[in-house]
Amino acid sequence: MLALKGLTKRYATGDLALDSVDLVVPAGQVLALIGPSGAGKSTLIRCVNRLVEPTSGSIHLDGEDITRVRGNRLRHARRQIGMIFQNYALVERLSVMENVLSGRLAYVGFWRSFFRKFPQSDVQQAFKILERVGLETMIDKRGDALSGGQKQRVGIARALMQNPKLLLVDEPTASLDPKTSRQIMRLICELCAEQNLATVINIHDVALAQQFVHRVVGLRAGVVVYDGPPTGLTPEILTTIYGEEDWTAVQKEDEHAATDARKDVEAALLGGHP
Amino acid sequence: MPVKYTDNQPIWMQRTPRQQYAIWLGWFLGVMLFLLCFKVISDNTIWEFLTDAHVQAASLIGRMVPPDWSITGSLMLPLWDTINIATVGTILGTIIAFPLAFLAARNTTPHPALRAFALGVIVSSRSINALIWAILLVTMIGPGLLAGMIAIALRSIGFVGKLLYEAIEEIQPTPVEAITSTGAGNMQVLAWSVLPQIMPAFAGITVYRWDINIRESTTLGLVGAGGIGLQMNAAINNLAWGQVATVFVLIFSTVIVSEWVSAKVRHAVI
Repeated sequence: MLALKGLTKRYATGDLALDSVDLVVPAGQVLALIGPSGAGKSTLIRCVNRLVEPTSGSIHLDGEDITRVRGNRLRHARRQIGMIFQNYALVERLSVMENVLSGRLAYVGFWRSFFRKFPQSDVQQAFKILERVGLETMIDKRGDALSGGQKQRVGIARALMQNPKLLLVDEPTASLDPKTSRQIMRLICELCAEQNLATVINIHDVALAQQFVHRVVGLRAGVVVYDGPPTGLTPEILTTIYGEEDWTAVQKEDEHAATDARKDVEAALLGGHP
Repeated sequence: MPVKYTDNQPIWMQRTPRQQYAIWLGWFLGVMLFLLCFKVISDNTIWEFLTDAHVQAASLIGRMVPPDWSITGSLMLPLWDTINIATVGTILGTIIAFPLAFLAARNTTPHPALRAFALGVIVSSRSINALIWAILLVTMIGPGLLAGMIAIALRSIGFVGKLLYEAIEEIQPTPVEAITSTGAGNMQVLAWSVLPQIMPAFAGITVYRWDINIRESTTLGLVGAGGIGLQMNAAINNLAWGQVATVFVLIFSTVIVSEWVSAKVRHAVI
């Protein structure tokens, strides 16, 4: 369970990116964080694993305060938090297997990792996860030889290798085509259900979010302006989050998406979406 | 930026007229400076010597051809020494330059003071030519191969260090962020996200420097730091131009081989 209390971030430039955000994400819940560019979505998830240092407030992961931990305790906190990136952030010159095993770095010593001598249990887990994300035939491919969707699957596998309690996902589908986006979102949501992970997903595509997540939090200028079920995103609410726009078009697509989701099968979705 | 309206038509120009005139003035002054320098150099040149330069060149080449192949055998050991000076010097220099580059790169340095120190070492190594290093070292540790090797190493530190730290500063930050977010330690982050990204640059830089060092080490013998330069110097002093030609041919073929090797290595690592 992730609990944020009064989380605030003011950058050195003086910009207030997060303004006293309170948020509790229980295990097993998939939460979509939506909001316009610059609303603080990226800052929020980067504060949680401390790639960005919060200015004030607190972050608790399963009751442990990780707001100010340093050194070994920070690394220990980070290894419980998997992160998935918009541009995959693979080490492109390493193989798929190495990229996946890099999720175990915090569990092995420097020289073992340097000589790629990971414990057999880690390797077995890597094989299992690669099979789960459908990349069992790609093990020896180099990162730069994969397609966007495959790279993102490696990114997901790397995050899962950490055996995380929490998954932070930053715009997982922004660089992917509509069909792959749905496959990736579905995969992330299934894995969260299987492993009972608390998950925070930053996402721009509101319709896609509504199709897959349990809960939506709308952020505007660093303040939470909506927190509720995906079905509660009325045009009025979307206007509060994003500003004035004709939202009925999006709403119609949502209905499409909802029906399609029930019917399932990607083929139906392929053409139907922007 | 400068848009002028003529008959309500916006006319776009790359520069304002003032900027344009300033650029013309700059060119005018540059050409004037060039002509002035030309005159100064010309006044200091004894042109009479140039009138028979082609005769002199033809005579020199005539004395060099055919090369005196009889000394080839005795040149093999000095040539081997030259290659060793270049290779060992490059390895030594690279071993020192590698950690320095990480200290000097803005994104990996542990502390600004260490960065300043590393940059200082790199700049001082780069500002002194290998031949000068060799002269200093021959006076300090005496003539021979060791002086040559250290001279080459000292000069290589700056070259490899500078190019490598620039490569480190140009890596993509997102894989670094990703590896950091797994909870990996600092050294693991370097080894798993920075190192793979700089490997092609590192291989290219090292082999390129080795290539340069082969050529530089052929001159080190001139100041007593070992290698084939010593034989060349002796041949020049004896006016034995046929022997000098043999040395040239040997150096030329060595450089060709090193060129080929470095091309192969660079190709293999990318």
